[in-house]
Amino acid sequence: MATVTAVKNKRSSRSTIALKLLMALSGLIFIGYVLAHMYGNLKAFSGQEAFDSYAEHLRTIGEPLLPYSGLLWIIRIVLLVALAVHVYAAYTLWARAGKARTTKYAVTKRVNSTWSSKTMRWGGTALLLFIVFHILHFTLRVVTPGSNSDSPYERLVGSFEIWWVSAIYLVAMAALAMHLRHGTWSAAQTLGLTNTASARRNANLLGYLLAVVIAGGYSLIPVFVLAGVIS
Amino acid sequence: MNLTLKIWRQQNPADKGGLKTYELGGVSEDMSFLEMLDVLNEQLNETGEEPVAFDHDCREGICGSCALMIDGQAHGPEVTTTCQLHMRSFKDGQTITIEPWRADAFPVIKDLVTDRSAFDRIIQAGGYISANTGSAPEANSVPAPRDKATRAFNVATCIGCGACVAACPNGSASLFLGAKITHLGELPQGQPERDGRVASMVAQHDAEGFGGCTNIGECTAACPKEIPLDVISQLNKDLRTAIRHGH
Ligand code: HEM
Ligand code: SF4
Ligand code: FES
Repeated sequence: MATVTAVKNKRSSRSTIALKLLMALSGLIFIGYVLAHMYGNLKAFSGQEAFDSYAEHLRTIGEPLLPYSGLLWIIRIVLLVALAVHVYAAYTLWARAGKARTTKYAVTKRVNSTWSSKTMRWGGTALLLFIVFHILHFTLRVVTPGSNSDSPYERLVGSFEIWWVSAIYLVAMAALAMHLRHGTWSAAQTLGLTNTASARRNANLLGYLLAVVIAGGYSLIPVFVLAGVIS
Repeated sequence: MNLTLKIWRQQNPADKGGLKTYELGGVSEDMSFLEMLDVLNEQLNETGEEPVAFDHDCREGICGSCALMIDGQAHGPEVTTTCQLHMRSFKDGQTITIEPWRADAFPVIKDLVTDRSAFDRIIQAGGYISANTGSAPEANSVPAPRDKATRAFNVATCIGCGACVAACPNGSASLFLGAKITHLGELPQGQPERDGRVASMVAQHDAEGFGGCTNIGECTAACPKEIPLDVISQLNKDLRTAIRHGH
């Protein structure tokens, strides 16, 4: 009888599945965040007054229990940690998949892969670049195409009136839609919530729903700025 | 039928190997894919060339040894094993590329034959139940709920062929693992060792060098036994439970 080679690290919390669990949990934090963030952004449709006072309100929530911008900083730290975890797990598993098949097939025929499932890694990398750009743009105001006004509303409108700024955001939303389409389903699988055929169908439908609602919702803003409705 | 075959030839594990092209005539539509290769090998024997090495045993779809990647699909274009695939699934004059399973955990031994003992080691790590020997226990003393028994039976059809790994873009063996975890985890006999089983089998899976799952689903499409993706969800759920229980 063949003997079993002793496995060095038996801790399940160090396994590939544990990495996927971390990716799913951090992904869920992102989904919660992008939904809340979208709600805030759509206030652009209510005009400058509503938008700017919402932005200010975010900084004063919890006062005096929390300092000025306190909640915002808590959210930022949670998101940064989630991002670090998500990206670490993604690239670790990507490298691992590369090593699992070092000799490639001469012929491959994919019969069951959605486009979104095939673009998770490069699409995720695009999202990472976009997140960096987005923070430099609206948060840190390092790149300020169009406007560097102290009114968030004026910066938003000023930059989206420039076609290529809007284009960057719209492309990023397409990438986000794809990532959410597969990511939602994949997270449900990873969390072990899809043990029946109907649960799997629902997880897939939820993926489409979140993709359309979130990416569509965000996209309304640059589109309506370009159309001159938000000005 | 006349066919052009591009077949992976590799002398030994150290050899670099490469695709070699063969012309084969007189193939009947009613031949199985393996019989077609038998005909080719007879032809090679006559010309003094070494026959193509490929794995096979039962030739009736139950042993899981006939591992061949046919035109980029594990076990070819039908939902079945290579031994149960017939030449009527191909067209006269077609070019067919035949490669071994590609996964570093399944190294090539020769030509199309791979070493799949990594699966045996995963099973040895926990894919069993411990039972005392002696007289057989009374079958009705351990009731198994019908729906659970059905699910266990359905996924117990996994023959360990490795097509799921071969088809997976990540080289993951999650479908195989999930089938075993679900099979034993659904039955009362599988409960005592449930946490330790999933922990050990997943650790062995990772140590063998298989990739992580990204829930793409090529595995289930390639599986000759149509093991559904929900076994991977079950695997993840069982591992999550094991972690919570301190594994
Ligand atoms: C920052 C750069 C990002 C990278 C590099 C990245 C990469 C990845 C990769 C490689 C996966 C695994 C794909 C799979 O299992 O098929 C994944 C999963 C996921 N991502 Fe991202 N992603 C990023 C950002 C985001 C963002 C912004 C969100 C949400 C708004 C998100 C939500 C998710 C979800 C929900 C999953 C599913 C988790 C799972 O598979 O269990 N990701 N990501
Ligand atoms: S799950 Fe299907 S493809 Fe994978 S080893 Fe079992 S029978 Fe073969
Ligand atoms: S030879 Fe046994 S399954 Fe094909």
